[in-house]
Amino acid sequence: MPLYHNDDQAMLKDSVAPFVAEQAPVSHLRKLRDAADATGFSRDLWAQFTEMGLPGMLVPEAHGGLGMGHMEAGIVLEEIGRNLTPSPFLSTSVGAVAALAKAGGTQAGRWLPAIASGEAIIALAIDEGAKHRPDRIATTATRAGNGFRLDGKKGFVLHGHVADMSIVAAKTDGGITLFAMPKDAKGVTADPRRLVDSSLASHVTLDGVEVDADAVIGEVDAGGEILDALLAATRTGAAAEMVGVGQGAMDMTVTYLKERKQFGKLIGEFQGLQHRAAHLYGEMEVARATVMKAQELLDQGSEGAKLMVSVAKAKAGRAANLAVREGVQMHGGIGMTDEYDIGLYMKRDRALAEYMGDVHYHIDQVARMNGY
Amino acid sequence: MSELDAFRTEVREWLEANCPAEMREPIRDEDDVCWGGRNFKFKNAAQKAWLDACVAKGYTVPDWPKPYGGAGLTPEQTKILKQEMKRIKARSPLDSFGIWMLGPALLQFGTEEQKVHYLNPIARGEIRWCQGYSEPGSGSDLVSLQTFGEDKGDHWVVNGSKIWTSYADKADWIFCLVRTDKANKYQGITFMLFDMESKGVTTKPILLISGNSPFCETFFDDVEVPKTQFVGEINRGWDVAKYLLGHEREMISGGGAGGDMVSIGGAFAKAFGKNAAGELDDPILRAEMAAFDVDVFAYRAMGERFMDMWKTGRAHPASSNMMKYVGTELNKRRHELVMSGGGSEALEWDSEETKGGARARGWLRTKANSIEGGTSEVMLNVIAKRILDLPGA
Ligand SMILES: Cc1cc2nc3c(=O)[nH]c(=O)nc-3n(C[C@H](O)[C@H](O)[C@H](O)COP(=O)(O)OP(=O)(O)OC[C@H]3O[C@@H](n4cnc5c(N)ncnc54)[C@H](O)[C@@H]3O)c2cc1C
Ligand SMILES: Cc1cc2nc3c(=O)[nH]c(=O)nc-3n(C[C@H](O)[C@H](O)[C@H](O)COP(=O)(O)OP(=O)(O)OC[C@H]3O[C@@H](n4cnc5c(N)ncnc54)[C@H](O)[C@@H]3O)c2cc1C
Repeated sequence: MPLYHNDDQAMLKDSVAPFVAEQAPVSHLRKLRDAADATGFSRDLWAQFTEMGLPGMLVPEAHGGLGMGHMEAGIVLEEIGRNLTPSPFLSTSVGAVAALAKAGGTQAGRWLPAIASGEAIIALAIDEGAKHRPDRIATTATRAGNGFRLDGKKGFVLHGHVADMSIVAAKTDGGITLFAMPKDAKGVTADPRRLVDSSLASHVTLDGVEVDADAVIGEVDAGGEILDALLAATRTGAAAEMVGVGQGAMDMTVTYLKERKQFGKLIGEFQGLQHRAAHLYGEMEVARATVMKAQELLDQGSEGAKLMVSVAKAKAGRAANLAVREGVQMHGGIGMTDEYDIGLYMKRDRALAEYMGDVHYHIDQVARMNGY
Repeated sequence: MSELDAFRTEVREWLEANCPAEMREPIRDEDDVCWGGRNFKFKNAAQKAWLDACVAKGYTVPDWPKPYGGAGLTPEQTKILKQEMKRIKARSPLDSFGIWMLGPALLQFGTEEQKVHYLNPIARGEIRWCQGYSEPGSGSDLVSLQTFGEDKGDHWVVNGSKIWTSYADKADWIFCLVRTDKANKYQGITFMLFDMESKGVTTKPILLISGNSPFCETFFDDVEVPKTQFVGEINRGWDVAKYLLGHEREMISGGGAGGDMVSIGGAFAKAFGKNAAGELDDPILRAEMAAFDVDVFAYRAMGERFMDMWKTGRAHPASSNMMKYVGTELNKRRHELVMSGGGSEALEWDSEETKGGARARGWLRTKANSIEGGTSEVMLNVIAKRILDLPGA
């Protein structure tokens, strides 16, 4: 496959980009923020996403979805990033779908059609500490009655307080098991916190939560592989969203360089700024290619995907971070004001950088995968 | 899709039958590289056999049309051929400025007669070319060049000097920028081709900090160049030169700019040892190497995307400048890490064990990567102006 969008993908982009830009530009985020909205996203917007078929893009056709790939989901995520659109797309339509589709079985049959129809919002309850360490899951699932009992604490659960179902990763006797924990399960408390980018993420406490035996996603003790699929999809998706964030910030900045005058010149005429902008452009292009490569390998089910996913999350993390930092700096004082959008890009970048492993985590993974 | 699969199978079988085992080893010395040309001495029979096989098939220049010595492959087929050659670690059958630079310019600007006349020997590796662009006073500001060709009716008489001419002393012919109109800066340069054995051409080597000297000063003293030996239009050589520089950057970026494009950390595990967790036992160098690896794998993806887009006309014309900039800076970083990783051994300059200080010399050589073919600063200028459309001259 060539590493550019084919005609169908280009068409998808041509319909998604204006849709997101019109329905959910940065002012949409501001409105939710200023209203101290308690959901974290707009249900109306999600209904519009549903009309366009977006929530079920990755859901297999047999379950009512469009059966598309990560390359296509990435197109949507980039626009979400560029417009800082609050949305459950990444956790629900990418992460959860990857896990459920990989696992198959009862839970896939129950939730995939609901995701495709826009009815279900799904949260991913993986992390437990302040840093992403999926190999240190301490939440336990012990057999009790006809099912299991979940105990532990989860953090950084996006949409955790409103999700219809949360995918919970827990330790069982022989490994990791994933559970589909319904919203009304007893013993769950989700305590939402407002984050720097005005999104909401919950601290979730699981205190003797009882779930049925058929809440298991896939097989007991065999959740490792499903978790890997979830992580690979979500990390790649976050990387695609970061490319959008970085691109949005860069575009704003380059535009500003062509408008702002100091010392009797447009500041974009100063070579000191030109070189930094050009360097940033290069980093963003490389990040974009890397994310596409990871998407391609994931879509092909290739063995090399795991390495490239970490490369993509790290590279996109570095590039987007450079874009927002340069963005604020090159805007000068005005970039520090709330009124200008560039600061919002910096905030969203910070949150996405942390999500599912930061740059350092993934650089470390790359070293390990290369045997050092 | 199945047609391409069939092509892949065919290529695999052909490579299996035609690529000698010795040509599937990494390049170790300068003479492992096959440059071709009138005076080239093959290192061994395998090197010659591999070149001959590729020439017969058109695989030295697979995407050139058949009448000019190519195989007439589509971009997709060319990509497959490259992938398959890479898979068996095949060496390039022929490295040549003729292929990377002059060829594409001739394909674009040459007459039919010129194409037939010049491209076939390039494809067969019979004529080795060098590039006469830079002058002592004209480097980044190339268009200020002064070497002058005086109009003598059926020929020019060329006087002046060039600098940094890579392999001028080994080249058979030169493609050269010569001022033919002093009144017109941009539209006063002609793109000429001539034999380095012409009367009045002399070369003098330039010793580099690496201790090597494949570069020359080249002097032209009343050199007669027939009026038929120009490409494009007279006085419009700048268009050809610019086009060619794009290909030079494509070559630099698509080929070696990012270095070997493989993980670097594993290579040093022996020197440092590993800790109980199986990690390289210098946490800071490990982190730097791993961060570098991320950039290498990322650049490799960029290289693939760039080639896919370039070959199908989707790339921004100035994107080769970005590739050149990113790739060459990356290669310099690789060699800084190679030196750190190698420790005191990497400092050795002439010992046999270090193959004559290969690492140290290689490290020093890479410092030119961000100078030759246009400096990094010039690349950034071009990106700022032509891609980002930033204001100013
Ligand atoms: C939090 C805060 C508090 C402040 N407090 C005060 C205060 O108390 N009193 C007061 O008077 N001011 C104050 N300032 C203003 C501050 O001094 C200016 O913001 C600063 O001088 C930059 O000017 P500018 O914001 O107009 O940016 P601009 O001058 O528009 O610069 C925009 C970008 O262009 C770059 N640039 C501009 N000219 C050149 C050039 N020639 N070459 C290369 N790059 C160039 C800048 O470095 C910057 O990155 C404050 C600013 C902030 C953010
Ligand atoms: C190993 C090697 C091989 C080469 N091979 C060939 C060859 O085969 N044929 C050939 O013709 N040439 C060749 N060159 C020459 C090469 O193209 C030039 O060295 C290069 O274009 C830079 O020119 P210069 O050396 O005159 O540096 P200068 O142009 O004098 O530049 C000096 C410094 O100033 C900076 N600078 C210049 N202008 C600007 C600007 N506008 N903005 C910001 N910074 C600027 C440069 O980036 C550089 O850092 C080779 C050079 C090397 C080192």
